[in-house]
Amino acid sequence: MTSPTYRVSHLDALEAESIFVMREVVAEFERPALLFSGGKDSIVMLRLAEKAFAPARIPFPVMHVDTGHNFPEVLAYRDRRVAQLGLNLVVASVQEAIDSGTVREPADGTRNRIQTPVLLAAQEKYRFDALFGGARRDEEKARAKERVFSFRDDFGQWDPKNQRPELWSLYNGRHQPGESIRVFPLSNWTELDIWRYIERERIELPSIYYAHDRDVVVRDGMLYAVNEYLRAREGEEIVTKRVRYRTVGDASLTAAVESDADTVQKVIAEVAATRLTERGATRGDDRVSEASMEDRKREGYF
Amino acid sequence: MTAPAPVADDSRTVDLLRFATAGSVDDGKSTLIGRLLYDTKSLFTDQLAAVEAVSAARGDEYTNLALLTDGLRAEREQGITIDVAYRYFSTPRRKFIIADTPGHIQYTRNMVTGASTADLALILVDARKGLVEQSRRHAFLCSLLRVPHLVLCVNKMDLVDWDQAVYDRIADEFTSFAAKLDAPDLSVIPISALHGDNIVTRSEKTPWYDGPSLLHHLERVHIASDRNLVDVRFPVQYVIRPQSTTVTDYRGYAGQVASGVLKPGDDVMVLPSGLTSKIASIDTADGPIAQAFPPMSVTVRLEDEIDISRGDMICRPHNQPSPAQDIEAMICWMDESRPLTVGGKYTIKHTTRTARAVVRGLQYQIDVNTLHRNEGATELRLNEIGRVRLRTTVPLLADEYRRNRTTGGFILIDETTNRTVGAGIIREAS
Repeated sequence: MTSPTYRVSHLDALEAESIFVMREVVAEFERPALLFSGGKDSIVMLRLAEKAFAPARIPFPVMHVDTGHNFPEVLAYRDRRVAQLGLNLVVASVQEAIDSGTVREPADGTRNRIQTPVLLAAQEKYRFDALFGGARRDEEKARAKERVFSFRDDFGQWDPKNQRPELWSLYNGRHQPGESIRVFPLSNWTELDIWRYIERERIELPSIYYAHDRDVVVRDGMLYAVNEYLRAREGEEIVTKRVRYRTVGDASLTAAVESDADTVQKVIAEVAATRLTERGATRGDDRVSEASMEDRKREGYF
Repeated sequence: MTAPAPVADDSRTVDLLRFATAGSVDDGKSTLIGRLLYDTKSLFTDQLAAVEAVSAARGDEYTNLALLTDGLRAEREQGITIDVAYRYFSTPRRKFIIADTPGHIQYTRNMVTGASTADLALILVDARKGLVEQSRRHAFLCSLLRVPHLVLCVNKMDLVDWDQAVYDRIADEFTSFAAKLDAPDLSVIPISALHGDNIVTRSEKTPWYDGPSLLHHLERVHIASDRNLVDVRFPVQYVIRPQSTTVTDYRGYAGQVASGVLKPGDDVMVLPSGLTSKIASIDTADGPIAQAFPPMSVTVRLEDEIDISRGDMICRPHNQPSPAQDIEAMICWMDESRPLTVGGKYTIKHTTRTARAVVRGLQYQIDVNTLHRNEGATELRLNEIGRVRLRTTVPLLADEYRRNRTTGGFILIDETTNRTVGAGIIREAS
């Protein structure tokens, strides 16, 4: 990390900023937790957390908001990583919430939207006052407006018109009981930065991020894997394609992209050349309306 | 899946420049950003398609690139930028973070948010209108926040027939205004954001202009020496003491280097206690390192067991910040519901230290247009700037802001609403 010219690379600068943010949270909050989905961004967050507190262990639990619509490779990865790091894992289960009647499954079977009340209920149950999220500002236009420390009221709501000014690196985490702060240490990272960091740190990822053969259907111009949560509709043809995932979310909503990139270097080359954002290419949930992410964030989505 | 094999890390040679855009409404900020993103191939086709579709649905005559950065419902309804949007692009030489800030006076606090961390600010003016109130206001704010590099972009030059006299007049007017400010580095570039002149490449329309294109300037402006590498300031953020059977007796002070260069073996002093020791090692998760400098986040261990906690500062025995309870500062007020008044009490956050502060006096409120000092002012309302005297409950380990942006800045927090209500820039500490 050192050099006689006192230069730091942009990855080093981003890493230093993220570590600073994580340490601030641990120093100032009572009960922080990290939202861990097994996706690449939350995996990078875990690596940063390891670095921020070494040689001590990561001093907070991780929480998985489990839609029940998981890619099995991702669940296996989650459990393996949590065990390796000796972390405490809290699972907030959407399926359990459906079974107990606290949320109702939408008619289309997708569970993205009903994650939010489950997340908020778990946050309340465990009294988490700060939740780390892996959201990046380059992902989506509502996220481009997000602060690093994002204040949420006691309903978990985001008010984009009334955000706290955020000056220098002086983050204001003050809140009343019931209110909380969502913290986004990766705010200034781009998809390409994440991949370069994965390469540099030699971070293992779930295999679905690398090219593999999978049965898919083409729907709304996107490639959806056929699985127990997503069946081919009438008139849709199931085809086998060489694909990989750019994001990991609800398996009924997250699309794959055609790709031959089966190593991290090839993925970096592909991401550097792509003309589509990762959400634009793969996320059905963002296509609901012009402001679907903003609307979900207002309700308490991370 | 096994871990990927290592390869040469070309990202090491790329550094990071943060810049903010400023200027009045309709002077073309969003178009300029759209142009920079487009010409550096950083605009994605789905983003562009989304913007085209919304533009068409609204009946706009041309694709409204402002929609790229105005992402909130309320912004699109009103056609204005309310809050800072952050955008990213890179070239082989540098990675850029753009803070696209609002032009409306009502949202000045969000412009201050974007400019507080900027290495450079782009101030746009419309060549037809010349300098307006917001150009001066934003230039003043940039100088107050010590943004090290300013670039005045005289935009819409195509609408004044690329007339050099128009450009010269605006450049002269701005240069003489900036002379009254604290603006260490100022450049002026004639551009047309809409047509892309002098944005990525030099334009043939301006044979009388011999400077670089905007992107060329952004890629090459020298920022390495903007950091303070002289005054060692290491605010202790968090004490790392593993509760573990494998790692015993470890006590490290975690933090981000605010300024200066730290090396193992250096004599250090810890404030406020004044106790001295030597740096035993500088640790990272990847192992100990030979030196640390801004903006690195590291963990420092000392040779002696001394009581140190969050909010303390590690510095050099002969180069210390002044522990001060009486602070003279410029304050930018950011709360719409209640003004700053003399006698008001607030929570103050300065580096990693939090205390309480009372406003002892308001010397003047400043008119950002004329730079006139209104000494009769009794309060600071939303977006007003003034010089105040504060008394704090515990000493702040403070430097003058012009010497150190990290140890010279603070925020004020309202104790009932918990909102960030003021940004402070330290002028004197005693």
